[in-house]
Amino acid sequence: MDKETKLFQLTAHIIMTLLTVLALVPILLLVISSFTDNDTLLRNGYSFFPSKLSNSAYTYLFDQGDVIFRAYGISFFVTIVGTTLSVIITTLISYPLARNDLPGKNVLSFFVFFTLLFNGGLVPTYLMYTGVFGIKNSIWALIVPGLLMNAFNVLLVRSYFVTGVPTEILEAARIDGASEFTTFRRVAVPMAKPIIATVALFVGIMYWNDWNNGYIYLTTRTDLFSIQNLLNRMIQNIQFLSSNSSSVSNVQEGLAQIPSATVRMAIAVTGILPIVVVYPFIQGNFVKGITLGGVKG
Amino acid sequence: MEKVATKKTGLKKITSYMPLYLMMLPGLLYLFINNYLPMAGLVVAFKNYNARKGIFGSDWVGFENFKYLFKTTDGWVITRNTILYNFAFIVINTVLAVLVAILLSELTAKFRTKIYQSVILLPFLISSVIVSYLVFAFMSAESGFLNNTVLPALGLEPIAWYNEPKYWPIILIVVSAWKTVGYNCIIYLATIVGIDRGYYEAASLEGAGKLQQIWHITLPLLKPVIILLTMLALGRIFYSDFGLFYQVPQNQGALYSTTNTIDTYVYRGLLQLGNISMSSAAGLYQSVVGFILVLGSNLWVRRLDKNSAIF
Repeated sequence: MDKETKLFQLTAHIIMTLLTVLALVPILLLVISSFTDNDTLLRNGYSFFPSKLSNSAYTYLFDQGDVIFRAYGISFFVTIVGTTLSVIITTLISYPLARNDLPGKNVLSFFVFFTLLFNGGLVPTYLMYTGVFGIKNSIWALIVPGLLMNAFNVLLVRSYFVTGVPTEILEAARIDGASEFTTFRRVAVPMAKPIIATVALFVGIMYWNDWNNGYIYLTTRTDLFSIQNLLNRMIQNIQFLSSNSSSVSNVQEGLAQIPSATVRMAIAVTGILPIVVVYPFIQGNFVKGITLGGVKG
Repeated sequence: MEKVATKKTGLKKITSYMPLYLMMLPGLLYLFINNYLPMAGLVVAFKNYNARKGIFGSDWVGFENFKYLFKTTDGWVITRNTILYNFAFIVINTVLAVLVAILLSELTAKFRTKIYQSVILLPFLISSVIVSYLVFAFMSAESGFLNNTVLPALGLEPIAWYNEPKYWPIILIVVSAWKTVGYNCIIYLATIVGIDRGYYEAASLEGAGKLQQIWHITLPLLKPVIILLTMLALGRIFYSDFGLFYQVPQNQGALYSTTNTIDTYVYRGLLQLGNISMSSAAGLYQSVVGFILVLGSNLWVRRLDKNSAIF
């Protein structure tokens, strides 16, 4: 290696190390503050080197955490059910659109992809879901509005069926007497596994991180709150308390007892935990998915 | 055999494709309900919405809602904020993402490169609610890290961050970069990895240094991708990352002058102020201008690279 290359490598490593640290620092502060003694945090503020550590936030979660465990359960339920349904619907609608011989294919494609261009927006959607379909304050509010939110996933899977599953193979299956459904299930889907896994990841992360639908549609059923909705409600309450400290009694029942600062941070840590745990396993697929989808993204 | 198949009558042909149409049914139904039905509800923008009379029973008011939206400063402030933030995000996040992608591609230590890449992608996976917790840990007036540790160390007075709109453009730009650069750089990285190594070897033989190679080979070959992604982002310039603008400033009224965008305005109008007509006027304004911009940018993308256009 010549001198210039060495210097370049060194500089690049320094810059990248710096950026990596910057990416981690906020998350680190969150984790450390969840292990900080509550009084120390209130007195000295959030710190990377707190004078007193404590795991009391986590023992509190385990001892009194009914609300939190429930929210955790809802998050997992919504993520699993929502992702499964979404992947099934997406794959089912993508496969026929990839078939060049399908009569009416252009009209149907337009029907699907026009939704990427133009939408009714929040207000009409909200009025329809609450007024016509009555999903307000039901668990479906957390699942239904996100099912096919992005026709872009359809685009991804369709392109994969077009390029990754040769027509000859599908025809061979049909000549062997397989029905359309069997061909789809036994031949096309197994071949499209990589893209289906990628879409499942995107959708799964979207469901896990979604706070918006619960915030809009769950107005009275706080027992259906996911972990993100719970966190959202708690941060609102901090703001509420700091701006109206005289009217603490107004804070919503059930969450009336505001957990201490460190407990809030501990809940936030548990909200990130599942993603961090699965991250090493999904990272490869995730990167592939972004690369595939990126240019069209 | 094939000839016979194509000679089927129209009806028979449709029947043989029945299973395929059946497969599409759930998705088509869903899109109809979730995406097409609400389009009819857009008429609310031209009505004085009354919950008792419903969407179609409410009285028509023509363009009154729009007139009112732009008579107050709201309409202009949210338009300005949405567009300026998106411009800043496009420029800053693109420059950073390209820089990071180039650095990652040039590094020879594979294991460490993998770690860098994994860590900078991580923020992208964190929900905006939790991001707002992270920001709060830094910015809180009483216990935030900045007010308790950083500012005293610099001999500065504490700042009530959540009451000072002037700091928020910088804060939001930093948060956006933190959250998205890892994600954006992957697309550029994939392009760089695809570049023929022969170019670099030839340049190296000619005596070109690393920086010259980056300037004369990597950047020019990245240019089409950069232009493409920028144009697609321009098409979305009327839409903002709702979580970022709503959660991170924690919906603080004092900050609206620099944090309110069309998306947050529509949201608050609907759910907090109950001003449904005004909110849907802003929503329709966004949908229509957004539609034109998406269509326009897609035409441009198509001109540049036919395969990359969505339509």
